[in-house]
Amino acid sequence: MIWSKYSAPQTFYPLAGRLIPWFAAVAIILMVVGLYMGFFVAPTDFQQGESYRIIFVHVPAAWMSMFLYVVMAIWAGVGMGLNARLSFMMAQAIAPTGAMFTFLALLTGAMWGKPTWGAWWVWDARLTSELILLFQYAGVMLLRTSIDDLRRADRSSAVFALVGVVNVPIIYYSVQWWNTLHQGASVSMATGSKMAATMLMAMLIMTIAFWMYSIAVILARVRCVMIERESLPTWDDKPAVIHEAVEAR
Amino acid sequence: MSHSSMWDSISGIIRRDLLLAMRRWSDAAMSVFFLVIVVSLFPLGVGPEPAVLRTIAPGVLWVAALLTCLLSLSRVFTPDYLDGVLEQMVLVPQPLSLLVLGKVLAHWVISGLPVVLLSPLLGLQFGLDGEALGVLVLSLLLGTPTLSMIGAIGAALVLGVRGSGLLVALLVLPLYVPVLIFGAGAVTSSMAGIGGEANLSLLGACLVLSLFLAPWATAAALRIALE
Amino acid sequence: MQWGSASEFFAMGGYGLYVWTSFLATALCMVWEVLALWRRRAAARAEQRAALLGGTDETAA
Repeated sequence: MIWSKYSAPQTFYPLAGRLIPWFAAVAIILMVVGLYMGFFVAPTDFQQGESYRIIFVHVPAAWMSMFLYVVMAIWAGVGMGLNARLSFMMAQAIAPTGAMFTFLALLTGAMWGKPTWGAWWVWDARLTSELILLFQYAGVMLLRTSIDDLRRADRSSAVFALVGVVNVPIIYYSVQWWNTLHQGASVSMATGSKMAATMLMAMLIMTIAFWMYSIAVILARVRCVMIERESLPTWDDKPAVIHEAVEAR
Repeated sequence: MSHSSMWDSISGIIRRDLLLAMRRWSDAAMSVFFLVIVVSLFPLGVGPEPAVLRTIAPGVLWVAALLTCLLSLSRVFTPDYLDGVLEQMVLVPQPLSLLVLGKVLAHWVISGLPVVLLSPLLGLQFGLDGEALGVLVLSLLLGTPTLSMIGAIGAALVLGVRGSGLLVALLVLPLYVPVLIFGAGAVTSSMAGIGGEANLSLLGACLVLSLFLAPWATAAALRIALE
Repeated sequence: MQWGSASEFFAMGGYGLYVWTSFLATALCMVWEVLALWRRRAAARAEQRAALLGGTDETAA
């Protein structure tokens, strides 16, 4: 089976190592293109002025934060279903990057909200679910670090990640529902229905750039996790001294 | 397995847990006192303005109910975990999720039901009127079992883990958010004259969803903790 | 191109503080993440190397 072939650590480790530079290169190129388009090609928004340019980092960050949580939950579910160690390691490697993007989405959202709405924070459905998402990332990571037994840490955080995946959409709709009740506090977040094509394009390019960045970083992190977990052998370009050491054993 | 034996195993667990709780009645009393104290702190902190108190009442009462449930979560599995009963529960032929359901229901009777029964009194402190009080009781009646259900997942995940008290709060509170929104929303909307039915039915939906998913997830978490 | 000069570009129509804080924070987070991974990897490999060499010492002794 292909899965078992590539999921073997000694195959996956060098494969990931070969892929990282490619994803990183594509990420950097797309970021340069996206930033150029975002700052020099995309026109000024006639309603929001230049502050709208924050969406070129805000929307990709928010997107990746949600997407990575789902991917993490999928790896966690696969790990539980197939009892595959690599899946758990992937889930472990995804969480910090996802949490970072969640934090960035909240921060840049506040930066966008202040000039646009006049408030750093409003209790809107998207912001609230993003905040809860950050708490859930924190929960997944802290649960893992509090449990010493690796097998239990893997599985417990997987269960929590899966439960959380049910929670986020419920929160999104419940807050939306709640906002219709509290009319006064609700603020429309519509960024203007007719966005210029170049704006949309820049946003899309930045999103793909962040996606590629995430893959590169996550693969690098999963390699670290592999070294930390599997004490022997090293599947890396090993210095001669290590090679000898392995031979000697 | 037939229906009667399924029910027997659940009710057996409930009866046992309730009996144990009766012997340690001070635990249940502590939850109740905690609730009353937390709720009483708010008027002291916010000020005695009746209109303000009435506005914040649904949220305050619901958050207090949430915290009360949270504080009693360690009692769901930890005693059985420490004396080894839980390990036997995993091994018996009855499905573990059913036994979990029994334990969660017992937990609700001990820590959730007192909150429901006490809530009209606390609502009066905040100047809620008759209809709002009714909706408050109803919302807590529908919502607190959900809190116990979700809480059990967290309690099972942190079983025997160091620093589990804070950790369980961190895991469970984000999952409590929808229940809080619908529960407090039911009372608020009935006070606004729109009626709380829509929120109450959403609370009911949360309860049904948690009845289906939570015992199963809790059983999985218990197996992981015990292997 | 809508920018007349560099200072106009950095002012971002008066929203410079918000725009540049957002982009700078994002860039810093990414750079920090990459550096942290670099260090983590170095530490993990050093530890592994130590474990390997320690292992040979034991067999030698």
